[in-house]
Amino acid sequence: MTRFYTEEHEWIDVEGDVAIVGITNYAQEQLGDIVFAEVPAAGTQIKKGGDAAVVESVKAASDVYAPVSGTVIEGNGALEGDPALVNTDPEGDGWFFKLTLSDPSELESLMDEAAYKAFVNGL
Amino acid sequence: MSNTYNLLPLDAWHRGHGARMVPFAGYEMPIQYEGIMAEHLWVRENAGLFDVSHMGQVQLIGPEVAEKLEAIVPGDISALKPGKMRYSLLLAEDGGILDDLMITNTGNHLYLVVNGAVKHDDLGTLREYLPDDITIHHDEDAALLALQGPKAVDVLARIGIEPNEPGWPLPSDLYFMEAGPFKWNGIPLGISRSGYTGEDGFEISVPAVHVRNLADALCTQPVVKPIGLGARDSLRLEAGLPLYGHDLNPSTDPVEGNATFAISKRRREEGGFHGSERILNALANGPRRKLVGFNVEGKIPVREGAPIYAATEMVGKITSGGFAPSVGAPIAMGYISTAHLTSNLEAEVRGKRVPLTIAHLPFVPHRYHRKGKAQ
Repeated sequence: MTRFYTEEHEWIDVEGDVAIVGITNYAQEQLGDIVFAEVPAAGTQIKKGGDAAVVESVKAASDVYAPVSGTVIEGNGALEGDPALVNTDPEGDGWFFKLTLSDPSELESLMDEAAYKAFVNGL
Repeated sequence: MSNTYNLLPLDAWHRGHGARMVPFAGYEMPIQYEGIMAEHLWVRENAGLFDVSHMGQVQLIGPEVAEKLEAIVPGDISALKPGKMRYSLLLAEDGGILDDLMITNTGNHLYLVVNGAVKHDDLGTLREYLPDDITIHHDEDAALLALQGPKAVDVLARIGIEPNEPGWPLPSDLYFMEAGPFKWNGIPLGISRSGYTGEDGFEISVPAVHVRNLADALCTQPVVKPIGLGARDSLRLEAGLPLYGHDLNPSTDPVEGNATFAISKRRREEGGFHGSERILNALANGPRRKLVGFNVEGKIPVREGAPIYAATEMVGKITSGGFAPSVGAPIAMGYISTAHLTSNLEAEVRGKRVPLTIAHLPFVPHRYHRKGKAQ
């Protein structure tokens, strides 16, 4: 399994042509207390860079963008009952959705962990 | 890119306490320290220290200043006794709301606290409509702190604040909407029992050069934590208090804005203030739209700008909304057509309809220290 990151602070774990997407610890720290998350339904077609999910903190709603294109296999139903999972375990149980990649070459433009760390340190 | 935001007198203090700073009203302001939810709940149980030094503090000095100010506010300011304060509205000639503000009679002059984002416009309005024998002094050398929450009164007693002039009470003797001159370690303070959270609490005007010492002394008390703008907004929303520039603006009048309580009885009878014809007509005949509170069904926060529908007809708009930590659910305020007060209402959020019910305000009961009320 390989993990990539975006400049919009999403992470994506890829295994074969299946991937899991969430937001990074840095992102949840910036957002603060998460009170609502809206995840895409299975079968939803998403496009790299497009809106894929919504995360709402006490103060604002923010979009979660699709790091790559594909078809959603599953949204994380646990976030409906416990949106704070995004705060407590952003890079684990607080994942947003699972998808099948339609174009694995899109991964090439993403950052690896070291590059993302450097990116965050530069903010 | 360099910014042009003003820095608060406590700027370094906020950063030292772990604040995240954001631009607001032309200043870099602390939006949160440990987190909005925790800060919000802390204020409801303990005491929170807010830095609201971005707000404008203005003194109006001169003969019959109260009567003269009444040309542009609908409150009975001449009836305001020394040591008393009142919420009022600064009105445009057409009755639209230019700002909401607090007016205190200090015994020597009127002391106004106006919103930071419009303070320079307010000063222009005051200069335009007050006669030349009234001196308008914008006190830019004073900071403003708010200490809010059920334990605020004990904190002020513990740090040793005394009256600055003979014949004035202690802070703990003040009732809600009373104010007086005090001193702490020889530093003069103007303190009022007032605030923007729905809780008991105080607002403290302090010379900016001393604000750091005072903030440190207050935060040394274990029941006091610094609280950011984020929790200030969620607390005031739960208290059903409007936010100027969002729930009130120049296109809304006081009747529409659910602020008829700020139009004093004598002023209703006599009129003679900006927009009084429009406003008194709306009082008599009812406004066409009204600011109301909404309980939101489900968990999706309904925020500013969301349209409100009755079936297919758009009948209003949300002006403030979000998750309410003490309620444990989303709440909102907005304007709706008064013809639809009893309709089934829905807000639209990202293409989805979210049912709303009109709520009795405040969402969380006020706990002010009112005169004549059992504590």
